Amino acid sequence: MRRASKTAGAVFKPKRTSLLSWWKHHGLSAHGSALRIIQAPLGNLMTIMVIAIALALPSGLQVLISNIEGLTGGWQVSSQISVFMRHDIDAEQTDAIAEDLRRRDDVNRVDIITPEQALAEFQAHSGFAEALQTLESNPLPSVITVTPSAQATRDGRVGELQTHLASLNGVDNAQLDRNWLDRLAVIIQLAHRSILVIGTLLLIAVLLIVVNTIRLDIENRRQEIEIAKLIGATNAFVRRPFLYTGLWYGLCGAIIAVILVNIAVALLYGPASTLARLYGSSASPDFLGPVASLGLLLLGSILGLIGSFISVSRHLRAVEPS
Amino acid sequence: MIRFDQVSKRYDGGHQALQTVNLALAAGEMAFLTGHSGAGKTTLLRLIALLERTSQGQVLIDGHNLARVKKRHIPYLRRQIGIIFQDHRLLADRSVFDNVAFPLLISGFSPRDSAGRVRAALDKVGLLHKENALPITLSGGEQQRVGIARAVVAKPAILLADEPTGNLDPALSQEIMDLFVQFNQVGVTVLIASHDLDLISRMGKRMLTLDKGQLVADSARVTQ
Ligand SMILES: Nc1ncnc2c1ncn2[C@@H]1O[C@H](COP(=O)(O)OP(=O)(O)OP(=O)(O)O)[C@@H](O)[C@H]1O
Ligand SMILES: [Mg+2]
Repeated sequence: MRRASKTAGAVFKPKRTSLLSWWKHHGLSAHGSALRIIQAPLGNLMTIMVIAIALALPSGLQVLISNIEGLTGGWQVSSQISVFMRHDIDAEQTDAIAEDLRRRDDVNRVDIITPEQALAEFQAHSGFAEALQTLESNPLPSVITVTPSAQATRDGRVGELQTHLASLNGVDNAQLDRNWLDRLAVIIQLAHRSILVIGTLLLIAVLLIVVNTIRLDIENRRQEIEIAKLIGATNAFVRRPFLYTGLWYGLCGAIIAVILVNIAVALLYGPASTLARLYGSSASPDFLGPVASLGLLLLGSILGLIGSFISVSRHLRAVEPS
Repeated sequence: MIRFDQVSKRYDGGHQALQTVNLALAAGEMAFLTGHSGAGKTTLLRLIALLERTSQGQVLIDGHNLARVKKRHIPYLRRQIGIIFQDHRLLADRSVFDNVAFPLLISGFSPRDSAGRVRAALDKVGLLHKENALPITLSGGEQQRVGIARAVVAKPAILLADEPTGNLDPALSQEIMDLFVQFNQVGVTVLIASHDLDLISRMGKRMLTLDKGQLVADSARVTQ
């Protein structure tokens, strides 16, 4: 006998199955698992829809936020300029300056806040009412609020106007009120972070959905798996159809997610374009671009694959032929 | 071909299913394994296909010690053994044809290449006309024959059968035994567990008798 005792056991090694037949089984598994999904459409569609929604939510929010960014990026500051008068300027002089400003074509609206009005407002809102009452004189200056015209805003001449106002005789300084824009920027930043957090949680949810669905699938096909192992199927062979099932779930979910996001953008397209025009921006809302769409499909597929891999490696080992 | 050296098997529950069993089956031999219920017949067959591992002693197949077969290589051992189960173990949602083709699919045959072999195996057991039927639409005897076709389709060197005539009528049982004799005649080593003593004795083959896990009789008296 050829060194039989030395190589004992080695005879039961894989005979080199041809690459072609290996590849064919991949094809069969892919096809078979797709058929299985189609054959039980309702339950599988629900799984796929849950995956689709979980993927669509963060990507839809992302699209929304970048659209808002695109929109506001095109906006000129259409806000007010607060012109603080020097203390030695009296009400009459302030009125005269305001009257001059009203005649400018780059100015839409001019309002005067007298020191008395300012003080009253301050007392009403600050909670220092009593402390302020003890003051002998009013420390607040007169303020002229200037709203630039829409044309000046569009042409980007607001900064120019501000410089001009600051240089006027009797003016202490002129402040461009960008507060709300700054706030918007912070909100957008917050939104980005939230999407990151929500997105991560939802991706984990997708993973868990796939893990659980494949677990049930394995449970349902337990008998088949046992038989396959009884007659000499390798773990890889048994695993393959389940991996494809996971892949299909993820991919189909992602395809539907892309469609959902784009439907949502289409629904918002009209109103959003109008809104943009009102703010002097010619931007129109963006759809989920081809690169982002492909990325989402890839992400869905990978999640499906990872989910089924986790499930298969946890649950398939437990199925031993008896 | 098959050798048991001082083999004992103790299940996790502590039950001693086999005790120091020695036996040897030559290549191309056909033998029956008999004994009361619980004697250890199924256990002995399962040890050969590595569905169980021995507690003591060793099982050798074609001179190879099964104790040294790594877990990931077990599938390749099983592909060289055709097993027929008492409860058929057919895939309920696949046709007769697909059931018989399953071992070939597992071994990497493409469907096109395996079709000829599947039909030959089905023809052998007389079920070619039922290739598109689902197993549940078949009688017990027909299902058993599908199981046999599946066991032989990959042309294994060893054929193991656990109570293949379990609840079949005498005529059908005889028919199935004759099938095994035919496979044996083309060189397959056949080991059949059965307690149908009438049938076995009529076959005139070697008979191994287990009693409470011990091999108490061997008509060939090779061991003991
Ligand atoms: N997985 C197991 N765990 C624990 N004990 C087992 C297991 N399988 C079998 N046994 C025990 O081992 C003994 C032998 O069982 P085995 O199935 O080999 O008997 P058998 O000869 O095939 O009987 P039967 O004719 O009823 O099929 C029995 O007493 C049985 O209870
Ligand atoms: Mg038994």
